[in-house]
Parts: sequence; C-alpha cells; structure tokens
Amino acid sequence: MNAPSMRTASLAILRRDLVLAWRRRSDIAMPVLYSLIVTMLFPFALGPEDTLLQRIAGGVILVTVLLAMLLALDAMFASDIEDGSLEQLMLAPQPLALMLAMKILAHWLTTALPLIVITPLLAAMLHLPAAIIPVLLLALLLVTPLISLFGAVLVALTAGTRRSGMLLALMLLPLCVPALIFAAGAVAAAQQGLPWLAPISWLAAVLVLALVLAPLACAAALRIALDS
Amino acid sequence: MANWIPLWLHRLSSPPTFYRFAGTLRPWAMGLAIALGVIGLYGGLVLAPADYQQGDAYRIIFIHVPSAWMSMFIYAVMGVSAFIALVWRIKLAEVVAMESAPIGAAFTFITLVTGSLWGKPMWGTWWTWDARLTSELVLLFLYLGVLGLYHAFEDRRQGARAAAFLAIIGIINVPIVHFSVNWWNTLHQGSTVNVFGHSKMAWDMLWPLLTMTLATKFYYAASLFRRAQTDLLDLESGKDWVRTIARSEDER
Repeated sequence: MNAPSMRTASLAILRRDLVLAWRRRSDIAMPVLYSLIVTMLFPFALGPEDTLLQRIAGGVILVTVLLAMLLALDAMFASDIEDGSLEQLMLAPQPLALMLAMKILAHWLTTALPLIVITPLLAAMLHLPAAIIPVLLLALLLVTPLISLFGAVLVALTAGTRRSGMLLALMLLPLCVPALIFAAGAVAAAQQGLPWLAPISWLAAVLVLALVLAPLACAAALRIALDS
Repeated sequence: MANWIPLWLHRLSSPPTFYRFAGTLRPWAMGLAIALGVIGLYGGLVLAPADYQQGDAYRIIFIHVPSAWMSMFIYAVMGVSAFIALVWRIKLAEVVAMESAPIGAAFTFITLVTGSLWGKPMWGTWWTWDARLTSELVLLFLYLGVLGLYHAFEDRRQGARAAAFLAIIGIINVPIVHFSVNWWNTLHQGSTVNVFGHSKMAWDMLWPLLTMTLATKFYYAASLFRRAQTDLLDLESGKDWVRTIARSEDER
C-alpha cells in the first residue's frame, strides 16, 4: 500500500484538528471570554480616564492576548498524547515537522484568530483611536503566530511531564519579550504619529525565520520528550 | 603525534574516570579560587585608589563584572555541553550541562543584585528597563526554565535531554546580552575592558578585576566538579565502581 502524499496527509491533519476543535466549541470561546474580562478589569483598576486608557491600550491588549494564548497552549498536544494519536503521527511516513506545522496552524486558527477578531472590541473598550487599530491588528497578526510557534516547541518539550502549566509560562514568557517589545513599539509609534513600519518588518522577519525553524525544533523536542 | 588528546578526552567522558579526575582537581581549583579571591578583593577594596567621580562606590565592579562575565560564560558552557549531550548522547555532558545551570543562575542573580545596589546611588534608581538589564533578567529566567524543566521529568536523563534542548534554544540570548550596550542606546555603560585592544581602565584597578575573574572561573570549576561527582554517584548508583567507593567509605 502506498503512503498518501504529503499534501493529502497535511490536509487530513488540518481537517481533523479543526473538526475536533469545532466539536468542542466552548473551548474556543474560553480565551475570548478571558481576554474580554481581563481587559474589562483595567478601567476598574486604573479609573476610567480616557487619556490614561488610551496610552496603555496597545500594551494591555498585547499582554492580554499573550496570556490568553498561554492558557490555551497547554492543550495543544494533550489529548493527542492521551489517546496515542501523537505516537501514530511520529511513526507515520510523512515528515513529522510538516504534520506538526499543520497542527500548529490549526491551533492558531482556533485560538489566535478569534482573539484577533475581537481585538477591535477590546480596543474600543480602552478608547484606542480607530486610526491605530489597523496597526494593532497587523502587529497581532504577526505576533500571535510567533507565540503559537514558540509555544509549540516548549509544549512539545514538556509533553512528557505531568505538571506543565506554570513551567510553560516560566519558559515561554521570557522568549516572547522581544516580540512583545517590537509589537508594542509599533503601536506606540503609530499613536505618536511616527513611522511604525520598522518594528513591523522586524516582526515579519522573525516570523519567517520561526515558520521554517520552529516546526523542525518542535519535531526534535517531541522526539526527545516522548522517547523513553 | 598528538593522538593521546582525543583518546584522553574520550576516556574522561566515562563516569568513573571523571569522578577520580574531578576528585583530584577539585581541592586545587577551590584553593586557587579562595587564594585569588582574597588577593583580588584585597587589591580591589584596599589597594586600588578611589574613583575620581564615583568615589568608593565603583568598587562593586570587583564583584559585579566577574559575575556578569561568568553568567554568560557558564551559559555558553551549558549550551555547548547540551549540544554534545544531544548529539552524541554522552551522559557526562548531560551532567555538566545540568549542574552548570544552578551555578550560572546564582552568578546571574548576584550580577543583578550588585548592579541594582550600585544603580541606586549612581543612576538614582534600582532598576531601569534598558536592553542590558532586561536581557540579563531574561538570562536568569532561561536558567530557571532549564532547571524547572529538568526537575519536571520523572526520568532524569530524559529531563536532562529536554532541558538541554531548551538551553540550546536560549543560547541566542547570550550574544544579545553581550552586544546590547553597542546595539541599543542604554543607560548601562559600554565595555571598558578589552581583551584584544587597549583597556580604558587604570592598571591599579584592572589587575584586581582580572584576578577576581580568574577566581570566579576556578570557583565555577570547583563547584561544578563537586556537583558532578555527587550527581554521577546518584545516577550510577548500583554500578560496580560506585559500590567500591561506598565500601571503601564504609571501612574508613
């Protein structure tokens, strides 16, 4: 029997993960609700002053999205390890890195995309000027895949452990600092009317690099963590 | 020819050989570390003249700068031995990488604490978010991440391999720490001591600094040898050579 082509296999993985996510729709809604509630807390904690909220809006939204994604990352491989389908994937004739890239893409589509969709709402809650929102969305479109890719490598490393939640935060958040600095820099520059293309280009460059390297690193990490 | 060097290195990677090697060298390394530390601190705190601008407060560099160098040096050692551990699966390399992490984390912590103690009178603030300070803080978190991942696994060798992988990913941060003062406009000053060129520092202040640097290197070696010895005994418990050592300890 011939092994199915890489294209067929990738599409099959992508469809399977999207269908699984759709069957558990409430899991998709959780990060969205989380970020809405966290954003809602800031005006209460700092007082509803327009100028203050406008100044911090970009940073607050970026950090909220980062934390919401961190909460969802833990589940990226968990159910696949439990039912053994990840081991099957590792034995499959298709390259593991490509299959994992599809899983990461599915995860990004189901957790990050809803967050980006509600970002204009979050921005409105913090009175961010409408002219800044496209820059914020662009920054998020580049930052969230980076978080998914970095996160996937680290989740794969912790795959063999039992208590991984806090550990994941300890490992992922320092690695996200540069991405956060560039994204926040772009939004802040746009707010001051300065050119914001340079930090966005940096983010795009890092994303291209991560798109190529992270799936390979993820595959290597998974082989280390599940090898026993 | 010089065939014996690779041969000797190969033999050294066997746990019992390294155990004896570390046991022989450790007292020397520790003795040198203490002697050089005393000389360096005496030279730095007593003999060296006060700075014309900072007065006596500058003397913290005799702790701060050697610790900062060690925080990066140890990470590099950890990264290289992590690479060796993953590629050639040498048990000793795993031990060296994992036992370097706590020492490196301690040096990073000392660097951050002494830096902020100095920053308060000089810059007027304990902490500022400039590139050098932030990247050093990230370095501390990387060390802690490696340690946390290592201890999260039930199987220690598997944990060591996973943590070694994280250490290799995190090595990108070391050049960032080093070059941060050149790449960005930071509050932290640029480098004063230059290995290949002329150092912008009086010899009276430079020699205690270099002595302290050697002292921290020897301390690291001594500490690493001790930790590796303990770790090897634990990992290899049940092997013949460990039993022989345990029996000879018993008879004493």
